[in-house]
Amino acid sequence: MDNLLKIENGKAILRADIPQVPYGEFFKTLSAFVKNDGYIVQFFAYEESGVYRLIAVVRNTALYVIGSETGTTFQSLTGSASEKFHMFEREIAEQYGLKPDGHPWLKMVRYHKNYTGEKDVFENNYVEEIPGNYPYFTIEGESIHEVAVGPVHAGIIEPGHFRFQCAGEEVLHLEIQLGYQHRGIEKLLPTLPQKRYPGICESIAGDTTIAHTLCFSQAFEGLAGKSVDKGASIVRTIALELERIANHIGDLGALSGDVAFNPPAAYFGRIRGEFLNLLQVLSGNRFGKGLVRPGGVALVMGEEQRQLIRDKLAEITPEIENVCDLLFSAHTVQARFEHTGMVEHKMAKDLGLVGYSGRACGIAYDARVAFPTECYAELPANTNEVTSGDVNSRATVRREEIMHSLKLITMLLDSIDTTEKPVHMQECALSPNSFVVTINEGWRGEVSHCILTDDKSKVQRYKIKDPSFHNWTGLAMSLRNQEISDFPLCNKSYNLSYCGFDL
Amino acid sequence: MLKILKNKLEQGNKTSKYPKEPIALYHRYRGMPVINTDCSADVIAECVCICPQEAIDATEKTIDLGRCTFCGQCESVEGEGGAFVSFSENFELGAANREDLVTGGALPALADHSKQHFKKLFGRSLQLRQVSAAGCNSCEADTNVLNTPFFDLSRFGIDIVASPRHADGIHVTGPISRNMRQALIDTYEAVPSPKVVIASGCCSISGGPFRGSEEVIGDLNSLVPVDLYIPGCPPHPLTTLHALLNYFK
Ligand code: SF4
Ligand code: SF4
Repeated sequence: MDNLLKIENGKAILRADIPQVPYGEFFKTLSAFVKNDGYIVQFFAYEESGVYRLIAVVRNTALYVIGSETGTTFQSLTGSASEKFHMFEREIAEQYGLKPDGHPWLKMVRYHKNYTGEKDVFENNYVEEIPGNYPYFTIEGESIHEVAVGPVHAGIIEPGHFRFQCAGEEVLHLEIQLGYQHRGIEKLLPTLPQKRYPGICESIAGDTTIAHTLCFSQAFEGLAGKSVDKGASIVRTIALELERIANHIGDLGALSGDVAFNPPAAYFGRIRGEFLNLLQVLSGNRFGKGLVRPGGVALVMGEEQRQLIRDKLAEITPEIENVCDLLFSAHTVQARFEHTGMVEHKMAKDLGLVGYSGRACGIAYDARVAFPTECYAELPANTNEVTSGDVNSRATVRREEIMHSLKLITMLLDSIDTTEKPVHMQECALSPNSFVVTINEGWRGEVSHCILTDDKSKVQRYKIKDPSFHNWTGLAMSLRNQEISDFPLCNKSYNLSYCGFDL
Repeated sequence: MLKILKNKLEQGNKTSKYPKEPIALYHRYRGMPVINTDCSADVIAECVCICPQEAIDATEKTIDLGRCTFCGQCESVEGEGGAFVSFSENFELGAANREDLVTGGALPALADHSKQHFKKLFGRSLQLRQVSAAGCNSCEADTNVLNTPFFDLSRFGIDIVASPRHADGIHVTGPISRNMRQALIDTYEAVPSPKVVIASGCCSISGGPFRGSEEVIGDLNSLVPVDLYIPGCPPHPLTTLHALLNYFK
């Protein structure tokens, strides 16, 4: 613990202040930290004058950072300390060609050439189409069969590949292989002029536009010493809550559809649109694109917008209550939701699940409460009643969050603060040789961005993490010993991001 | 049962009357740009300078809607002679030719540019296979809503289907990542001819915000011939609806 430097969400520090320890100590410190109820926010590599370095940002009730130098191999934390590292280490191997020695299941994350020209850890040549050398998990035996779906799925959804190892109807394991959406964002950003940052950050995961753009904007604000007025913070907070409601409502609709209960599916589908239209009232775009910018918001919320939101909420809140009641009180629905896709509390902790997927398993962590940004320090927290880790819990947590978010927006609308002036993207003078990490509770959970600047104040490394990075493994675990026909239901109860993961 | 009836009464019938009756979007929505050619050259230069998409041509005084993300940034630049661009609420942005998207503020009537045999073949029934090729999921989500009761796409005989073998064409979103290239081509090839290709969202038209990344292809037309372009980031559902109805009906 003594090796870790306590930092604050969104506050830039000098890179020189990040404790640099030999890898052995780095390994020991992180192992002890995660075993003692610690979680990983970011863990990534970067290169500096021919030397590879690692940075880990970890949290318990506070936020800490630690760094180390590494060669082209380093001892895997996944192998001996915790599964929480597994995806991060695979990513480091893929991005930088550094091998986590002893990683129990080392394979690619997104299928691309590494940034450094080191020998490829996976022995891929990348001339071949995805997936290259991908060691799929397989189970052998006379009664085992394999079901493979994707990358192009049946509906209008993002691409990914799923392989179910089944014995009859029972799924023994689900392998989820992603990477189809890889756009090379982390590598691209440092090469671009700042004016292109907002557009890209808004599209890391379009259903999480506000949360990702908040992380980006707060990171730039931290590095450029910019402040945001109260009025702008209110708009940003409302936008983040509208995004949360829209997505939760959409997913409750999709869950209704998956249990063939069509009336709520149709109602929720339509009501979700009402919330997207409210985001459009604030931002001119149904997903909130073009709204949040470093230093504030690009469109001011005036009395007209306030009133429109207020009126709409008054009109649809009872509708939402009634449709939720319709869905959750139907016995047929309960019979399908309960005990389906269960992830035990301990498993969820071991994997480090975040957001509603974690809360549905009894992990109370909510970044809005633990590391509040914008207006959250003054707003009440939410609590969850049903936390048994099944589809029913994930659906109920969503319902509770919708009602809570509606309350938060109403409270925020009552505030009289308004922003004076819209803020547009302008070149920001970032402090040199600095480091910042930002965290927000997006609708899926913890979203985080990290930036390292060089001595010329340029972005040297931009690190992005979507909550899906933690939670895809949770979905795979949910499917164990389930009927394969439960997959759609399990999948929708998580509704993870492909592009947020693929980056 | 009672709850179902009660909810049904409360919800009523919410299907939009569009296109029979016009529909108004909130004035902040950024649709077809209105271009003010009288503004000073300085204003235009400033717009060119801040546009993240390099969508503005100062000499021709045009905007490329295939590149524009409708971020609204250029609208905020004012100076002598006013602003260069202001965005209208006109959501009718579809075009049959890529060149038409480079616009001084107007588009040719889409209905006149449809291939006649398409109207004949697909006018009464059009089945599309949607392919998300690294789309950020806004484009996908706002295509999906066409199936909600408000838009109710199937009342026009247009459906999104699961199998390319059952489809008359593909509707593509996203900048086409290197890792989706093959799957996209396979899907295209699985659709029986004659078939249509729709590029939806600035990503599939020009790479959108991701253009220049070595991991994306960024121009659907360089892979398969595109018949219909639907600009936006993402296109508003009404933009898509208008484009489909005008091009095929
Ligand atoms: S609205 Fe379009 S043209 Fe204007 S700045 Fe944004 S991308 Fe460029
Ligand atoms: S066009 Fe815009 S909304 Fe559509 S996929 Fe690209 S970034 Fe996302």
